[in-house]
Amino acid sequence: MTNIIRLDGLSKHFGSVIGVDDVSLSVRKGEFLTLLGPSGCGKSTLLRMIGGFEEPTAGQIWLDGEDVTDLPPNRRAVNMLFQDYALFPHMSVGKNVGYGLKVAGTPKREVETRVLEVLDLVGLADKAGAAPHQLSGGQQQRVALARAIVRQPKVLLLDEPLSALDANLREAMQVELRHLHQKVGLTFIMVTHDQTEALTMSDRVIVMRAGRIVQDGAPQSLYDLPGSPYIADFIGTTNLFASRIENGRIACHGQPLTIDPQSILPGARTFGFRPEKARLLRGDANGSNLLRGKVAEVFYHGSVARIIVDLGAGQVLVDLQITDAAAGLPQLGDAVAVEIAAHKIMGFAAEDAA
Amino acid sequence: MSLTAAPSTVRTAPARRTSKQLRKAVDAWVWVGVAGLILTFLYIPIVVLVAFSFNTSRSLSWPMTGLTLDWYRKLAENDQLITAVQNSLYVAVSATVLTLLIGVPAALALDRLEFPGKGIFRKLVLLPIALPGIITGISMLILFRLIGFGLSLETVIIGHATALLAVVVTQVFARLQRLPHSLDEASADLGASGWQTFFLVTLPNIRTAVIGAGILSFTLSFDEIPVTFFLTGRDNTLPMYIWSTMRRGLTPEINAVGALIVAASILLILVSVLLQRERPRPSR
Repeated sequence: MTNIIRLDGLSKHFGSVIGVDDVSLSVRKGEFLTLLGPSGCGKSTLLRMIGGFEEPTAGQIWLDGEDVTDLPPNRRAVNMLFQDYALFPHMSVGKNVGYGLKVAGTPKREVETRVLEVLDLVGLADKAGAAPHQLSGGQQQRVALARAIVRQPKVLLLDEPLSALDANLREAMQVELRHLHQKVGLTFIMVTHDQTEALTMSDRVIVMRAGRIVQDGAPQSLYDLPGSPYIADFIGTTNLFASRIENGRIACHGQPLTIDPQSILPGARTFGFRPEKARLLRGDANGSNLLRGKVAEVFYHGSVARIIVDLGAGQVLVDLQITDAAAGLPQLGDAVAVEIAAHKIMGFAAEDAA
Repeated sequence: MSLTAAPSTVRTAPARRTSKQLRKAVDAWVWVGVAGLILTFLYIPIVVLVAFSFNTSRSLSWPMTGLTLDWYRKLAENDQLITAVQNSLYVAVSATVLTLLIGVPAALALDRLEFPGKGIFRKLVLLPIALPGIITGISMLILFRLIGFGLSLETVIIGHATALLAVVVTQVFARLQRLPHSLDEASADLGASGWQTFFLVTLPNIRTAVIGAGILSFTLSFDEIPVTFFLTGRDNTLPMYIWSTMRRGLTPEINAVGALIVAASILLILVSVLLQRERPRPSR
């Protein structure tokens, strides 16, 4: 597959503050790529540099084989879906969507048909005459989306597109954006700080931290094979603890665990396991790789309950799948054992605790 | 005893309610009275002016002796006065256009651009609004003398535009600050040039502020005396003319001019209200 975007050693400094630090990245045509990271990690700055709204301090941006580093936004074949939608308040929905075509000098008749086509695509064909403020938040977002894709850009940039919507609308829009991506076949680059959003929607996720890329991979590999304790805890939840390997065993808050030498490098210093990959057993259970402790807290989520188990020297989280409500939940203070299979323990080279 | 007590308790509740309603009604009428007094205070002089412009007698004494349009007829024959009105219109329109042409881009620069000394520029550009007209007038007079500029209506225009710049910049800048920058970015993102963005996105959204600042500038320039006094050559503007004739005493002719100005002002206000009214619904 061909690369539609290539970033070459891209940096952005704001005075003495480094926003983006020497980022190189290729994006394949038709890919749904997500830049994920906490606020201030440089993901939005990176997106804005691709859109042409920030000038890179160093490096190059290649769009479809052309160096666009110094081109202003209006001369780049990329379009942006703005976080606040940025709909023009003085224009109708139809005029908003047709704006990009109009300024490009497209004949009026063609503008009209294409506007209706794309409004139809986002399910708002009947709203062409409405003013933006007459629409709901979700509808406004779809108008902004229609406006951004009507020119068929080579890349669509999405800046925290769902952050302004309320929870259930957000989930619906996640699905819609994915479907739209499949339907129009454009390349999407999305910025978000929401890991669920990133995992749900994208083909590939770039995790950023302090202006740099810390991991780049498919959502599943990111979740199952996090490259660092930071990612392990940023994407999903992980019980992290420090230990040394001695005779193929490590200590989790003082209690021994066997590890799988095949999946863990000998130099690993930080270890972890995910709450849903461990099993909660009764306190008198026998077995290998058990951590024994007491129930310290129970968070009931309906289909699952997250249990905090106090091991004495520390705490771990375990998820309990609730398949049979009659079985009841463990009570505070119950003696329990946490079973974690050796191959489900992850190990990381020493890193500053995230 | 129980027979008399029962009805009395029944009656007190509605009685209390009516006294409360009464107090509310009195309160309301007090406020209507206050509002009326304020309006009377504001508008009585204007009403008197307009009324006496139709009075048959020259003297300004009550009661009026009779109704006539003579003063308006005389006014129409007064060439000096008509020239003064024309001069005033010329000055006010030109000063307004000039100050808008400079002020709107200045406000845009303040809002959208980053440049060294921006903070100082912002404060200095607003300073003339606090400067008395006499200072502006004298200082510009000295400047024009220095560079050998003859005094004329054009120097008055420059003087007015300078003083009015602050009005335009303040109003337009305030509006621009409420306009999200993402609109500009979205416009550029969709392929619009800087000019297209200005005329298709920015200007329509600051339109009402520009019109408002323009009308205010026009009004301020139209009745301006101090700056005009120092900067005009042989030509008279209307306020200058009125002021000079007043030295020979109040005439009903002046009342007639005043009444016409009042009428024109009302017209101007109506126009501005119409222009500034937000369109209820944009067309497709």
